[in-house]
Amino acid sequence: MNILSLFVLVPVLTSAAIVFTKNMKQTRLVAAAGMSVQLILSAILVFMYLAERNAGNTAEMLFTYDALWFPSLNIHYAIGVDGISVAMIALTGIVVFAGIFASWNMEFLSREFFISLILLATGVFGFFISLDLFTMFLFYEIAVIPMYLLIGIWGSGPKEYSAMKLTLMLMGGSALLMVGLLGIYFYSSPDGGPLTWNLLEISKIDIPVEMQRFLFPFTFIGFGILGALFPFHTWSPDGHASAPTAVSMLHAGVLMKLGGYGAFRVAIFLMPEAAQEQAWIFLILTGISVVYGAFGAIWQKDLKYINAYSSVSHCGLVLFAVLMMNQTAFNGAILQMISHGLMTALFFALIGMIYGRTHTRMINEMGGIMKVMPFLGVVYVIAGLASLGLPGLSGFVAEMTIFFGAFQHTDFFHRFLTIMATTSIVVTAVYILRVVGILLLGPIKDEHFLHLEDAKWHERLSTITLVLAIAAIGIAPLWLSDMINVSLEPIVNKISMAGFEFTGLF
Amino acid sequence: MIDYTYTLLIPLIPLAVFLFTGLAGHKMNPKVSGLIGTTGLFAVTILSYLTAIRYFWTDHLHGSGYQAMKAFEIEWLHLTEKLTINLGVLLDPISVMMLIVVSTVSFMVHIYSLGYMKGERGFARFFTFLSLFSFSMLGLVLATNIFQMYIFWELVGVSSFLLIGFYYEKPSAVAASKKAFIVTRFADLGFLIGILMLSFMTDTFDFRTLVSPTGPAMLQAGSATFMGLSAITWALIFIFMGGAGKSAMFPLHIWLPDAMEGPTPVSALIHAATMVVAGVYLVARLFPVYSMVAPDALHVVAWVGGLSSLFAAIIACTQTDIKRVLAYSTMSQIGYMMLALGVSGYGGHDGLGFMAGNFHLFTHAMFKALLFLGAGAIIHAVHSNDMRDMGGLRKYLPITHITFLIACLTIAGIPPLSGFFSKDEILVAAYHHSMPLFIIEFAVAGLTAFYMFRLYYSIFWGKHTHYHHTPHEAPATMTIPLMILAFGAVFSGFLPFHELVTSDGLPFEAHINYGIAIPSVLIGVLGIVVATLMYRKETAVPAKMAGGFGSFYTWAYHKFYMDEVYLFVTKKILFNLVSRPVAWFDRHIVDGFMNLIARVIEKSSYLIKGLQSGRIQQYGYVFVTGTIVLVIIFVFIL
Repeated sequence: MNILSLFVLVPVLTSAAIVFTKNMKQTRLVAAAGMSVQLILSAILVFMYLAERNAGNTAEMLFTYDALWFPSLNIHYAIGVDGISVAMIALTGIVVFAGIFASWNMEFLSREFFISLILLATGVFGFFISLDLFTMFLFYEIAVIPMYLLIGIWGSGPKEYSAMKLTLMLMGGSALLMVGLLGIYFYSSPDGGPLTWNLLEISKIDIPVEMQRFLFPFTFIGFGILGALFPFHTWSPDGHASAPTAVSMLHAGVLMKLGGYGAFRVAIFLMPEAAQEQAWIFLILTGISVVYGAFGAIWQKDLKYINAYSSVSHCGLVLFAVLMMNQTAFNGAILQMISHGLMTALFFALIGMIYGRTHTRMINEMGGIMKVMPFLGVVYVIAGLASLGLPGLSGFVAEMTIFFGAFQHTDFFHRFLTIMATTSIVVTAVYILRVVGILLLGPIKDEHFLHLEDAKWHERLSTITLVLAIAAIGIAPLWLSDMINVSLEPIVNKISMAGFEFTGLF
Repeated sequence: MIDYTYTLLIPLIPLAVFLFTGLAGHKMNPKVSGLIGTTGLFAVTILSYLTAIRYFWTDHLHGSGYQAMKAFEIEWLHLTEKLTINLGVLLDPISVMMLIVVSTVSFMVHIYSLGYMKGERGFARFFTFLSLFSFSMLGLVLATNIFQMYIFWELVGVSSFLLIGFYYEKPSAVAASKKAFIVTRFADLGFLIGILMLSFMTDTFDFRTLVSPTGPAMLQAGSATFMGLSAITWALIFIFMGGAGKSAMFPLHIWLPDAMEGPTPVSALIHAATMVVAGVYLVARLFPVYSMVAPDALHVVAWVGGLSSLFAAIIACTQTDIKRVLAYSTMSQIGYMMLALGVSGYGGHDGLGFMAGNFHLFTHAMFKALLFLGAGAIIHAVHSNDMRDMGGLRKYLPITHITFLIACLTIAGIPPLSGFFSKDEILVAAYHHSMPLFIIEFAVAGLTAFYMFRLYYSIFWGKHTHYHHTPHEAPATMTIPLMILAFGAVFSGFLPFHELVTSDGLPFEAHINYGIAIPSVLIGVLGIVVATLMYRKETAVPAKMAGGFGSFYTWAYHKFYMDEVYLFVTKKILFNLVSRPVAWFDRHIVDGFMNLIARVIEKSSYLIKGLQSGRIQQYGYVFVTGTIVLVIIFVFIL
C-alpha cells in the first residue's frame, strides 16, 4: 500500500468508526486516535521523504502511484509528493490533531461534528497528495462542502448567513477554477495525443500563450478566492467569526492554504508566461491585501474578526510572494503558508478557549485575562509574537524569506510594492499589541472572570503542539527551507525557461 | 589562531537559564529562580572578563593591531544563492568591550534586583525576562553579520517590551511597553529596508566582508543615486534609522521616557547602559562603510546625535520625575556618542571620534547604571518618583548619597573621573570637525552639569521633607552593586581606549587637549555652581527662572509636545483616517458589493419564480398568449 493513500484512508476509516460510537466520549476518543495516527503518519512521511532524498532519489515526485478511474476523460488517481506537499501534509496533520483536542467538549451532535471535520481533513490531505488536476479538484470540493454544514449547524451568531456566504463565494471560486482546469485539460496535448490531467505531464508541455492569457485569471482567481485575495476575501471575517473553534482552525490553518498552494502549483507552474504578464495586476491586489488586512484588523473589536483580517494580511503575503516568481520568494510563500497555518490555528484555538470561559469575544469587555488564566495568556502572547514576526518563531523566517525574495526584483514597481508590504510588520505589531494590551493585560474588568479556570489538559495538548511546531520552525528553519528549496528547482527551471521578461504596466 | 569557541557559552548560559526558569520557574521557590539567574550571569561575567583579558592583552601580538575573528559560526537559513544567514560569535575590540559592559551591568543589576524586587509577585518572572534580555543583548553584541544583529535586535526589543510591561496590571505600564515596542518597531522597519538594500548591493550580510577596505561595500560609492545621494548612502541612512529608534534619538525618542514605567533595575540595565546604546554599536560596527563610502550618512548621524543631545538636555532641566530626568540625560549622552561617531574619520588620529564614542559608551554605562540604581534605592526608600516629594535624604541614605554624588560629578565631566576623559575626547573630535556641533556639545556639557546637580540637590539637600516612614538605607544586595559601579565610574577613565578600541584596530597617540579640556571643565563647574545656588536650599529662584523663560519653559516642560504630535499622527490619522475607513470600506463597500450580488440574484429569482407556479390554467394562458403573439409576429410583422 502506498503510504500516501493512507492519508486518505485513515480519515475515512476513522469517520466510519465514529458512526458506530455511542456517545461523545467514545466519539472523541476515536477521532483523537485516528488523527493521532494521521499525525504520526505525517511525521513518518517527512522522515521517509528526507531519507529518500538523502539516498539520492532525484525524481520530481516521490511515492507516486497512478490508477485510472474514469477512462473516458482520462482521469487518474495519481498521487505523489515533493518537499512542498510533504511540508503541507505535515502542517495539516498538526492542525487537525490540535483541532480535535480543541473541540474536546463538543456535545451537540458530536458524531456528526467529528465526521464532518474529519471529512474536511480528508479533502485537504487528498488535495495535497494529488497530481491529477481533476482528482485534486475533487478533493478540493470535498474539503469545501463540509464547511457549510459545520458552520451552519455548529456555528454561532448569524451562522446561516455566514455559512451561505462562505459556501457561495468559495463555490464561485470553484466555478472559475473549473473553467481554468478544463481549459488546461483541453490544451494538455498540443501534438494531438490523448489529453491528460496529470500535473507533471502538463508541466512538460507549453500551453499556448494566448490560451494561458485566458485561463490564468480563471485559475488564479479561482484559487485566490480561497486564499483570501482582495477583494474576494469578505467570506473570511464572517465565516471565521461564525465557525466553531476547530473549524476556524482548520479553515484558516489549512483550507486557505489550498488556495495559495493551488495558485502556485497549478496557475503559476503550468502557465508561467501568462503569470508573468498578468502578475502586476495581482501583485497590486495582494499588495493591497497585505496592508489593508492589517489596517482593517486594527479597528476590530471581535477577536475572531481581528484574526480574520490578520489572515487576510498574512495570506495576502503568500500570494504576493508567489507572484514574485523567484525561488526565494516561492520558498517564502510556502514557509508563510506553514507558519500562518500554525499560528492562526493557535489563535483560533485560544480564542475558542477564552470564549468558552468568558462567553464574549469582544476585547473591550475583557481585560486582565493573564492574571486568571496565565497559561492561555502566555500562549496568546507567543502566538501574537509569532504573528508580528519575532525571530525565533516561524513568522519571522517566512516574512524575511519573502521580503528578500521580492527584493531581488530591481524595478521600481516591485521595489515599491515590497517596501509597502514590509510596512505591514509595523501595523501588525500595532494590532497584536493592542489586543494583548486590552485583552490580556491591565486590570480585570469583570469580576465574574476571577473564578475562571486555566487551560485543561486537552487544551494544553492542543496549544503546546502548535507552539512547539512554531518554535521549531523559528529556531531551526534550515531543514524545512532546504527541503522546500530542492523541490522548487524544477518549478523555477520551467519558469525561467519561459524567459524572465517583466512586461506590464511599468 | 587561539581558540575562543568557549565564547559561545556567553550567550548560551542566559538562554539556558531563561528556558529553565521560564518552564520550571513556577514550580520552584521564586528565590531559586533569582539565584539561578544571578549565578548564570556571574558565569557570563567571568567568561567575558576572561575573553577581554585574553583578547586585549595576553593573546595579543603587538604591532599587528586587533583583528576581528569568528569564534564560531553556523548556517541558519539560505535566502538566495548568495545570501545566507549565519549565527555565530564575532570577537573584535568593540564586541569585546560591549561584552564587558553588558555582563558587568547585567550582573550588577541581577544582584541589585535580588534586593529591589524582593517580595514582588513576579519575582521569578522578572529574573526569567532578565535572562532573556541578557541572552538577546549578548547575541546582538556578538553578531557576526548584520542579519544576526537584526534577529537579536528584535529579541532585545521584545525583552524590553516584556520588562517595561512587567507590572502588567498597571495600564500606564502596558501603554508604555506597547509604545516602546511599536516606535522601535517602526524604526526597525528602516533597519530592515536598509539591510535589504545593503545586502542586495553587496551580496553579503557578513560584517567582516562588509567593512573590509577591499570588500564589496566599498565599491558602491558611485552606485545609482536617488535625490542626490548614492544608493548605499540611503541604505546606511535607513540602517541608522533602526539605530536611532533603539537609541532614542530625536524624533524617535518618545518611547524612552515612558519606558521608565518598568522596574528601576530594568531602566538601569536596558534603558541606560545596554540596549539603548545598540544604535551606537550598530553605527560603530559598520563604521568603515559609513566613513569610506557614505560620508553623507555620517553627517546625518552627527547632526541627529548633536541635536538630540541638546534637545534632551533642555527637557531634562525641567522634569521633576527623577527617572525621567535620567532618561532624558541618557538620550542626551547617547547623542554625544552618535555625534562622536559622526564626526570621526577612519584610521589613526582621525579616528579619534570613533574611539571617543565607544569610550563614552563604556564610561556612560557605568555611571548611568549607577545613577539609575541609585534612583532605585531612593525610590525604594521614599516610595515616590517625584523629586518634589524628596529632600534632605543625604542623612538617611549615606551610601546612596555618596555614590550618586560620584556619578553626578562623573557625568558633569569633572576630572579625574571617567566622564571627563571620554567627554573631552568627544569635544576634541567635534572641534576638529564642525564648529556648530562643537558649540552645541559645549553648551550641553554645561546643561548636563546643571540638571544633574539640580537633581542631586533636590533629592539629597533642598527642603526638609517630612516622611511618613523614616527612609532607610537599602540592603547590602543593593548597595554593593552601587559601590562596584561607583568604582567603575571613577576609574574606567584610565583605561587606554586609544590603544584598544580604534577605528582600524591600530593604537594611536591621544593627549588631553587643554585648550578644550579646561573650558569644558569650567562650564561643567559653572553648571554645578548655578545648580548649587538655585537648589541647595529651597529658594524662589527656580520658579522665577522658569517664569523668566516664559513659554520656552512651558514647551520644554511639555517635552516640546512631541507626544502630542505622535498621538495626533497615530490616533487621529492612522486610526481614524486610515484604519477606520478601511474597516468601514471593507464591511460596506467590498462586502456590500458581494451582498448586493446576492440580493440581485435573490430578487430576480423572486421575479421569475412566478413563472413556475404549477397551475395548469396559468401555463395555458401563457401558452395561448405566446402562440398568439408569435402568430402576430410571424404573419404581420415579418
